[in-house]
Order: sequence, then C-alpha cells, then structure tokens
Amino acid sequence: MNNMSKQENKKEVFNPIAQRKPPHSQGNVWYWMRLNLFSSPISMLLTVIAVAMLYAIIPPIFNWLVLDASWVGETQGDCDRQGACWVFVEEKFLNFIYGFTPAEQYWRFNVVFLTFPLLVVPLFMKGFSKKNAFFITFPVLCVPLLTDGLAQRTRVFYGIALFFGYPIVGYFFILGIPGVQCDPNDFKALCHIPTTRWGGLSLTIILAYVGIIASIPIGVILALGRISRLPVVRAICVGFIEAWRGVPLITILFTASVVFPIFLPAGVEFDKLLRALIGITLFESAYMAEVIRGGLQSVPNGQHEAADALGLTYWQKINNIVLPQALRVVIPSIVGTSISLVKDTTLVTIIGLLDVLAVVTAASADSNWLGFETEGYVLVAFFFWVLCFSLSRYSYSVEKKLNVTND
Amino acid sequence: MKSLFASLNTIRVRSYIIQAVVVLSIFLVIVLIVLNMITNMRQRGIPLGLDFLDSETGFSVLQSLIEYTELSSYAKLFLVGILNTILVSVIGLVLTTIIGFTVGIARLSNNWLMKKLTISYIEIFRNLPILLQILFWNSIFRQILPTSDNPFSIGENIHISLRGIFFPKLTPNALFFVMLAVLVLLIIAFVVIRKYAVNYLNRTGKIFPVWRPTLIAMGLYGLVFLLLFDNMFAFENPVATRFGFDKGTSVILELFILSFSLAVYTATYIAEQVRASIEAVDKGQKEAAAALGLKPFMMLRYIVIPQALRIIIPPLTNLYLNLVKNSSLATAIGYPDLVAIFAGTALNQSGRAIEIMFLTMAVYLSLSLLISFLMNWYNRSVKLIER
Repeated sequence: MNNMSKQENKKEVFNPIAQRKPPHSQGNVWYWMRLNLFSSPISMLLTVIAVAMLYAIIPPIFNWLVLDASWVGETQGDCDRQGACWVFVEEKFLNFIYGFTPAEQYWRFNVVFLTFPLLVVPLFMKGFSKKNAFFITFPVLCVPLLTDGLAQRTRVFYGIALFFGYPIVGYFFILGIPGVQCDPNDFKALCHIPTTRWGGLSLTIILAYVGIIASIPIGVILALGRISRLPVVRAICVGFIEAWRGVPLITILFTASVVFPIFLPAGVEFDKLLRALIGITLFESAYMAEVIRGGLQSVPNGQHEAADALGLTYWQKINNIVLPQALRVVIPSIVGTSISLVKDTTLVTIIGLLDVLAVVTAASADSNWLGFETEGYVLVAFFFWVLCFSLSRYSYSVEKKLNVTND
Repeated sequence: MKSLFASLNTIRVRSYIIQAVVVLSIFLVIVLIVLNMITNMRQRGIPLGLDFLDSETGFSVLQSLIEYTELSSYAKLFLVGILNTILVSVIGLVLTTIIGFTVGIARLSNNWLMKKLTISYIEIFRNLPILLQILFWNSIFRQILPTSDNPFSIGENIHISLRGIFFPKLTPNALFFVMLAVLVLLIIAFVVIRKYAVNYLNRTGKIFPVWRPTLIAMGLYGLVFLLLFDNMFAFENPVATRFGFDKGTSVILELFILSFSLAVYTATYIAEQVRASIEAVDKGQKEAAAALGLKPFMMLRYIVIPQALRIIIPPLTNLYLNLVKNSSLATAIGYPDLVAIFAGTALNQSGRAIEIMFLTMAVYLSLSLLISFLMNWYNRSVKLIER
C-alpha cells in the first residue's frame, strides 16, 4: 500500500500553482512613502507639520547663508546687508584662528600645533623602539626612554612624555623669552607674547586639550579616593567632587580670576590663562571622577581578590588589573565629558580671555565692521559642531564595539 | 626593634598613617592659604566679614521682583539676584520640558520625516556651546525685532519690541476666586470618584467610568473660564508713550532670550533621555502586555510609562539642575541674575571678592545638594526590591 502510493506520487508531474501577484510594488517610492510618511492619520499630520516647518526654516536660512550673501570684497561697504557678509569672516579669519598675536609670530602656533600630530605617529608604529623615538622627539623627553629597553614600556613612557610634557614645552615656546618685546618692524624669533594676547581657535584648543589631558589623571585619583576603604580619604574625595559639581563653571572662573590671587603669597604672580586652566581642569576632573568611578565599580570583585591573592601591592593591583579594565569600559563616557569640556571652554570669554567666541565679539566691535557678529557666530558654531559631533560619533562607535565584545 | 617595626607594619596601622598624612597636608595647605589671605588683605586694606551686606549698593538693577532701589542694601540685592535666577530657571524649565518631551516622543514616531527632523534638531543644538547659543539668539532677536516706536503687536494690547514684551496687567477679582474654588472642588471630586472607581473595580470587576466624565467636565470648565475671562480680572493695558510703553506688565527681552536659549539647549538632552528611557523598557514587557490583551493606551499607561519614569527621573533632575546652573551665563547678555549682579556688579563695587564668591557658590551648592539628596531618597524608594 505504502509502496503503491509512492510510485503513484512519482508519476505525478509537478504542476506549479499560478503565480501570486507581487506584493504591492515594494521598493517603489510610493510604497516607501505610504509606509514611512502616510501610514496613519497621525503620521500624515506629522508629515504635514514637518514639511511646513522645513518650508518655514530652510529657504530663509539658505537665502541668508548663500544666495543673498556677499562673498567678495574688502570692506564693510561691499556687503549689502541683504544676506550674510562673508567678507567680514574672510577679512578677520586669521584673528579667529590666532587671536591678536602679531601676524609675524603666527608661525610659532603653527609649529606647536602641527608638530604634535607628527609626534603622535610613532605611538602607532609597529617597529617602535627607543632609537627612533630618540630621533623623532626632543632629547630631553627621551631620558626615561634610554633607561628602559622594553618596547611596550618605551611606548608608554613616550606617550606620557608626549601628552603631558609637550604642552609645557609648547607653552614656553609660544610664550617666548620674557622681556624681549615684539616689534612688527624688527622680527625677533622668540619675542615675548603675553597670554593676554593669545586667542582665537588656538586658545580654545589649548584650553580644551589641557583640560582633558590633565583632568583624567586627577579624576582617576579622586575616583580611587571615593571608593577607598580609608574613611578620611573617602570623605575628602566625596566632598571635593560634590562641591565642584554643585556650582556653575562660571563662578569657578570668577573665583579663579578674582579670589585666587588673594590666596597666593605676596609677590607671586600667576598668569590669568593658567588660573583659568586650573579652574577648568579641577572642575572637569570632578566630572571625570564620577565617570571613572562607574568604570571602577564595573570591575568584578573577583579581580580585586585575585590580585590580592597573588600578593600584588595596592598600586600594582590598580595599575595592572583594575584600571585597564575600568577605563576601557568608560571610554565613551570620558569622550562625552570631554565634549562638554570643549563646549565649556567658551566660558573663559566672560573672564576676559580671548577664545574664539571672544575674538568674534571683539572683531564685530571693530568700527570698520560693526554688527556682523552673527556671521562670526555661524563660523564658530560650524567649528564647534564639527568637533563635538565627530567626537560624539567616535564615542558612539567605541560604545558599539565594546558592546559587541562584551556579549 | 625589628619585630616592633614589623608588628606596626599592618594594614590597620598603615591606613591610619596614610590618613593622618592626608589630613595633615590638607590642613597645612589651608593654613598656608589663610595666612596668605590675611597678609594680602591687610596689605590692600580690605576687611573680611559680612558687614558690607547692610550698606547701600548705589546702583540700580534692570529687573527685580521685589522692591529695590539704589538705596537698598547688598543683602537685598543678593535676594533680587536669587529671585531673578529662580524666575529665568522656572520659565526655562517649563519651556524645556514641553520642547524636550514633544521632540523626544516625535523622535520615536515611525514617520520618517519627523524622525529625521528631530534628530537634526537634537544633533545640531546639543553639539554647540550654550554660551554661543545665548549670544547667537541674542544677536538674532536684536536684529529681527522692531524698535519700540514701531512694535510688533498681537491684538490690541500685546506689544513686542526691542524694549521687551508688554502685555496687560491682570488683577483678579472675586469671580476669579470663585472659579478657583470650583476648580479645587472639581479636583477633590475627581480624587474621591477615582478612589471609589478603583474600589468598585476590585469589588465587582467592572469598570466605573472616570476618565471620560473627567474630560467632559474639564472641557466644560475651560469653556466657562474662557467665557467669563473678561469678567474675572481688572485689566490694566500698556499705554503707548513717547518712550515706548508704560503701565501694564513687561518682560525684559533678556529674560525671554535667556530662557529660550536655555530651553532649546537643554531640551535636546531631555529628548534623548525620553527616547532612551522609553526604549529601555524591556520589549518582553510590551509583548506580555499585548498578549494579555491590553489596548495600546492601557499598555502605555500601566506598563511602559511607570517603568520609563523610574529610569528617567534621576537623569532628568540632573538636566534640570544643569539648566539652573547654566542660567548663570545670564551675565553674557546682561540679564540681572545672581552671578551677573552679585558676583559681577556688586563685587566690582564693593571689592569684597571672597565673601561674595562664597555666598554665590553657596546658593548653587546648597541647591545641588538638596536636589541630589532628594534624588537619592527617591531612588531608594522606587528601587526594585529583588529577592
């Protein structure tokens, strides 16, 4: 019986049923629109609202930025005020970047800012040894490199020397020799440029860089203190962190510029830029500490116990076991905190340092160029947006990568 | 001797030593600072103390919620600053909550265009410094708004110009308070009926209608309110004078610009937080709710929102706190908040840097500590108790 039916089946010719109609033209523009723009009455309403908003926003902005804008010229008169006056931006562009340093001294900023990426390259080279590090970097910074042979250690020393030492060298290089006056008619290679004349984008970058680089180690120490078993240390760290996080940055900057000099011994002068840097760094390190504490708490207790069982000292344990795991997890949040630091650097405008925002305000108060601050703000906005957005994309990609490896 | 040393070299002793060293060094630093301070202040002839709070300030302030003149004391100025900070913060908080929640929910819609629009808004305004935004809006509004001789008017009695926003001053009369009493009664009735409805549901398993009657009652009340609006208040309209407007109520432009920029900036973070919190509710919860046959509204009301709220409240408080702290940037556009008039003008006038900065920071710090204390308490009370 069974056999019979099998044979019968074999004889049957395969007869496909009639083809079904293709689904309602998927991949078609109309189909996509119906799915994404008009799927329900509410969705339709939203589409209408969105189109109306775009119509209200985009054309005027585009006209102002591009169509009605004045692009070429040299003076205020070349702008007809119908749209943006890009002539102003073109004329003041160098000020936006270098502040009010003498034009013949721009090269010093260029040297410092362009050498840095070159010096970073060796960190990522495969055949990294103390020999090529020696030839690439300054001899002074290489002292620790000569004392150690291991490539990994060399790399770490080189990195630390580069990230922490280079800014100091750069600072004194730009500052120049005190007492040597700059003179536009008489070029002196390393004349004194007081920090009150530093400004523009370069000052913003200096503030952001120093703030980020210095606040991470302080943040690590504060975070370790906050989870320490020593009650006194813990209380001090908690108090410090909460106090700094509880007040606005602007009050700290005011304090740094007005009150801080009173705390110093008579006769000791502290540069205004340095005071602002200290204020920003301590402020951000309190935020960094909270971020890093999150990472420290994510390291399982077993790791601590295993390190203790191996007889490692506290610092060995922290350095080799805990921190590498803790910091790795919080890279995205560290980048996030760095983004807010970058944005916060603009606040130094209020205490009179000439960061890029202050230069725009100052430039639009120039009697030849009155009332063009909007154009300047757009340019500054563009710069900050590109920087912060790419940083946030970077943090997002790291976060995604971390999530993948953890699963 | 060696054994004595070894017996002292224990974790306990070492921890005491470390802590003693830390305390001692911090103490030394503080002593050093105080000594320097005393010498410096003696040299410059600045006294230390809060006595200056009683003296006259000698300058006027653009906006104050309490009576303040040039003859008022620094203590009063301090209060004016705090009140102005509170005013701009409250307006900013209300605005930012409305914008943030609207954008956050629109961001979750399945309408492609709306989603892209809200993402662009969030990504643009979140990645720009708040100070830049305040200055930017300031320059924009100052360019587009007309001068006070030729104001932009809404209806007869609301005038917007560079001088600020002028609108009628409303003084409520007896009828207003009657309406207010009716509203209170309605709310009490609602609470009582709702309690009864829950009881009824538990007893009989049937639903006692609450929401629909409530909506109808609210609608009716609103209608009556609108109809009687003209009779509930005594109006005092702004009167055009040679120098703009007089009488009525006015809001200075700085207040509007500052609260607007703060709201636009903070709302981007709130929107992201709203989205993240709703998405953080486990998908299984929604599926289980659907499987139980809950309608979409009930699912939102009883399953999604309670769980999302637990997640969203702590970060939301932090964002609100940030807005309050950012309001200190008022000084950039001249809005007279605490930092601008007290840590700015008053400091320059009196030269009492230490006391003034201390008082200013103390205000913000106590607010932050209060909020974080409340948050910790809240977190503990809503924490899931797991076995």
